Amino acid sequence: MKILVCVSKTPDTTSKVAFTDGNTKFDEAGVQWIINPYDEWYSLVRAIELKEKDASVVIHMVTVGGADTEPIIRKALALGGDEAIRVNSDSTDSYYIAAQIAEIAKQGGYDLIFTGKETLDYNGSSIGGMVAELTDAPYISLATKFDLEGTTATVTREIEGGEEVAEVALPAVVSCQKGMAEQRIPNMRGIMAARTKPLKVTEPVAADALTAIVNFELPPAKAGVKLVDAENVEELVRLLHEEAKAI
Amino acid sequence: MSVLVFIDHADGHVKKSSLEALTYGAKVAAQLGTSAEGLLLGTVTEDLAALGKYGVTKIHQAANEALNNLDTQVYAAAIAEAVTASGATVIIFSHTPTGKAVAARVSAKLKAGLVTGACALPDTSNGFVVKKGVFSGKAFANVSINTAVKIISLNPNSYMTVAGEGTAAVAPLAISAGAAKVKVTAVNKVSGDVPLTEADIVVSGGRGLKGPENWGILLDLAKVLGAATACSRPVGDAHWRPHHEHVGQTGVQVAPNLYIAVGISGAIQHLAGVNRSKIIVVINKDPEAPFFKAADYGIVGDAFEVLPKLTEAIKKMKASA
Repeated sequence: MKILVCVSKTPDTTSKVAFTDGNTKFDEAGVQWIINPYDEWYSLVRAIELKEKDASVVIHMVTVGGADTEPIIRKALALGGDEAIRVNSDSTDSYYIAAQIAEIAKQGGYDLIFTGKETLDYNGSSIGGMVAELTDAPYISLATKFDLEGTTATVTREIEGGEEVAEVALPAVVSCQKGMAEQRIPNMRGIMAARTKPLKVTEPVAADALTAIVNFELPPAKAGVKLVDAENVEELVRLLHEEAKAI
Repeated sequence: MSVLVFIDHADGHVKKSSLEALTYGAKVAAQLGTSAEGLLLGTVTEDLAALGKYGVTKIHQAANEALNNLDTQVYAAAIAEAVTASGATVIIFSHTPTGKAVAARVSAKLKAGLVTGACALPDTSNGFVVKKGVFSGKAFANVSINTAVKIISLNPNSYMTVAGEGTAAVAPLAISAGAAKVKVTAVNKVSGDVPLTEADIVVSGGRGLKGPENWGILLDLAKVLGAATACSRPVGDAHWRPHHEHVGQTGVQVAPNLYIAVGISGAIQHLAGVNRSKIIVVINKDPEAPFFKAADYGIVGDAFEVLPKLTEAIKKMKASA
């Protein structure tokens, strides 16, 4: 059983969001980078749990990014997994990135590909579906639970107003979210082991970028909160009805 | 050239998010000087011709019951055939669980550029540029789609449904898609509740409510408003409320017209899940709660006193309206 876990670097949730170069570039000054939480807490940790149950499971990670993503990859390797592959490209186009991951997936012959449900920065939720299409594999998105019986996976996925349970024979692509696994913190042994785990760097294959970011905008600032006295809830109801027209 | 809108459905009904997508698609078509058509995979009990009132002229339907269950491979193949049959150059999805699963797959299949989570009409004055939320609602990006066929998935609640006059022609669509590899074995829906991502109004509770036994006052408020209920992460983690109600960075992201937060301090991770809401009301007894900075209206007060009064006041307002 070979699992490929897709890992991305994102700014920490608490980072200040600002832009430079005429609002065309994300301002990285002072930004704390983390492993995209959906990739780390849910997909990677679930893969590690599968390996803990069955020692024959092999976990590879793949990221598409520049050399500055390597500290993040080492951190992911400290949690577990056997080796990592970095495709050397800074592209932000989902299709281009998916094409790189699909190439790694085809070469490695993986039984299972995990992605996070989205990244915290571009919120695309696209990589899983694209990789599935490019590798001609079934895809289950927004998974909250994943179990394996031989080569059949039973996956619980989010639907509007509830959840759905589905079965699929591997190979398959699954996008993961909360519920799949619990957050872990790397221990010292893992951190030491991660230093010597293989981190291969490959150059990207030719692929088209289908989209391009023109520029960024910050949302207009809120006008400020209108406080209503706790003894006068009728006033809040009036404001919501007449001014905000929300009820 | 036309605009094709993917129509999602559940339990025999077209979803509200799809009505928004139809309205949006008709508007995009008008902007491009063409017509909008709909595509429905599977069967519904309602009259599809009536969807014409949202501005679409034709609905393609592959009325195969097997399509009522989602398999992204089957769906993508069927949608690709419909795109060819209709000559569509723009495809619209809703950015819902189904749309998220399918749009990306169709994008890769057709090699058509995709912008997910769109929140406004495309700017077609110079190319084709779509605005979307990024950094979990903390900013927007204007993204240019540079391919002949373009795909947009529209954020729910970001484009208002407009119903006018008109009926759509319903045309059966024969598709050659293969058998589904994903077999749905169970569907568990929380019955009677308004789905969180589709709700106009969301009432959400945090640790300030002190325990699951106190949720009644929040449920009463939700009931008079016809609102969906949600909760903060600590509440979900403590199992006071079911997991799927957790709203925030790692939970569900919502964008209702009205979000009422009760006893939630407003940590940045929570705000990331709700900051696309149009109006935010915060009720918290701590005047220093950071949530007030993101709110439009607020009450500094004890939820246990404020909520029952608020519920009564809304009942009165509704009775007199």
